[in-house]
Amino acid sequence: MNFEFSEEQLMIQQAARDYAQRELIKDVLERDASGEFPTHHIKNLADLGFLGMLVDTKYDGGGMDTVSYVLAMEEISKVDSSCAVVMSVNNSLVCYGIEKYGSEEQKEKFLKPLARGEKIGAFLLSEPEAGSDATSQRTTAIDKGDHYLVNGTKNWITNANSGSTYLVIAQTDAAKGHKGINCLIVDKNSPGITLGPHEDKMGMRSSDTHSVMFNDVKVPKENRIGEDGFGFKFAMKTLEGGRIGIASQALGIASGAFERSVQYAKERKAFGKEIGYHQAVAFKLADMAVKIENARNLCLKAAWLKDQGKPYGTASAMAKQYAADIAMEVTTEAVQIHGGYGYVKEYHVERLMREAKLTQIYEGTSEIQKIVISRDVLS
Amino acid sequence: MKILVCISNVPDTTTKIRFNAEKTEFDKTGVQWIINPWDELALTRALELKEGSGGAVECVDVASVNLIDAEPTIRKALAIGADKAFRVNAMPKDAYFVAGQLAEVVKSGGYDLVLCGIESSDYNGSAVGGMLAEFMDYNSVSAVSGINLDGGKITINREIDGGKEVLNISAPLVAVVQKGIAIDPRIPNMRGIMMARQKPLTVSEPTGIDALTSFETYELPAPKAACKMIDPENVKQLIDLLHNEAKAI
Repeated sequence: MNFEFSEEQLMIQQAARDYAQRELIKDVLERDASGEFPTHHIKNLADLGFLGMLVDTKYDGGGMDTVSYVLAMEEISKVDSSCAVVMSVNNSLVCYGIEKYGSEEQKEKFLKPLARGEKIGAFLLSEPEAGSDATSQRTTAIDKGDHYLVNGTKNWITNANSGSTYLVIAQTDAAKGHKGINCLIVDKNSPGITLGPHEDKMGMRSSDTHSVMFNDVKVPKENRIGEDGFGFKFAMKTLEGGRIGIASQALGIASGAFERSVQYAKERKAFGKEIGYHQAVAFKLADMAVKIENARNLCLKAAWLKDQGKPYGTASAMAKQYAADIAMEVTTEAVQIHGGYGYVKEYHVERLMREAKLTQIYEGTSEIQKIVISRDVLS
Repeated sequence: MKILVCISNVPDTTTKIRFNAEKTEFDKTGVQWIINPWDELALTRALELKEGSGGAVECVDVASVNLIDAEPTIRKALAIGADKAFRVNAMPKDAYFVAGQLAEVVKSGGYDLVLCGIESSDYNGSAVGGMLAEFMDYNSVSAVSGINLDGGKITINREIDGGKEVLNISAPLVAVVQKGIAIDPRIPNMRGIMMARQKPLTVSEPTGIDALTSFETYELPAPKAACKMIDPENVKQLIDLLHNEAKAI
């Protein structure tokens, strides 16, 4: 067993840390207030190769492993989860989905610009009445011979406005249940697509989230990923990898709040000594450290399994559920350690606490992860 | 034009400095090593010069005098964008020794412009660049905060007491650079990181030049005195402490 990272993995971690601590930190609070999308940061992250870091170099990606991705996601998320979620959706849902299951033509046409970060992808699964219950798709993709006609509404879509390559999950044949679902690659600028207003979210406020309405949108048949009816399996398999991204994001939120708490506990004095030397705070920090280390190990284990080509679905569900839940606990304690300062925006930890909440909800709630884990345990 | 950037391998600037029990050696346990920050800025500027030269700058290479454990730092320079790297396989004993070894790299590579950071963030000697110029009999300018190329002409900006000066100077040149030479060090991209191991890293043994100095002992600075809080009403106590304890008045 080897817990050492390679030189390249450490270099990627440092590159992500440098960009986050040097650049993202400058305007993260302003963007949290305004909800403005971080266009220039996404361009810079694309230039550094982070938006397509998992994609093979032959499709213009970085060709990095998933362990490197976990390290990078943690560093970006310590500072700015809104940028991290753009990176996560693009890498581990959209690029991964097309690279793993798309045709060679689809990879040439759609994957390369996504891997270069020239285009951003969005994954359109959730609906007003189909969140955790993803089989209840009401968006339809009716087979019209040479094309599909798509109608319906998708909800809570990350990168809906900034993205231009959509992966849309829709029902082609309701009689076949989940085996009648397809995944289509859809250009956001296709006639018939309209966006709902920018969602005014509690956290990750500068990532753009919208609902997306489809009204008789024509999608060429060659834009379907895989065989007819492969869409539900595609979504579930792709989300397995996506969970590693969000787990790492949750880990980063927790470790970002932890680092700020340690620094604060060393500086802030009460009753004649730094608060970190009062047992009430010291034990909180110890608990936080253990939880973060456990979450990190779960994330890296899932990533390692994926890199080795071994099954990682349960491991990624464990990582996502645990990291998201401890992110909520750790950030709440971080606010407590900071006292009144923790409750104001300048000290960042209240923002991290708001961001942590979303990691328990999106890309599979913590409860859904427990279903995945328990099914495996009982199988 | 060929540019060489000299790279020092230094402890991360947040490292807690410790020495062995005899205080004769720096304790490297658990230390994270980085490119000396001034050298990293020098490399960034060298790459900018190459990119803006329209092909006039043929290469930007890096050189370091250090043992094999400095190779991750050297490879980071390659990941950032250096074309080739040279490592002289020796402990950097003192500035004279390092400058002498680097001179061999400069000679064999035929470099026209050599950039050195103004000092390394560990020993702060500020001597290698000037000594290297002497070894090579190159022009030399210190405290360079800006450098531009225009054909064969090199324009240098320097910070001087109370202002700035602009110099024109010809190659071959050793420019000893400081803050301002580049805005921020360049962050390596994925492609650079992937390519770093495929770029040439040539290792050579040191020449006969030996160090002129050796370290006897090290000492940490005295710990910061604790801050004393004095009641604003108690001016007498403040004056007493400033006079008798701090000896400031």
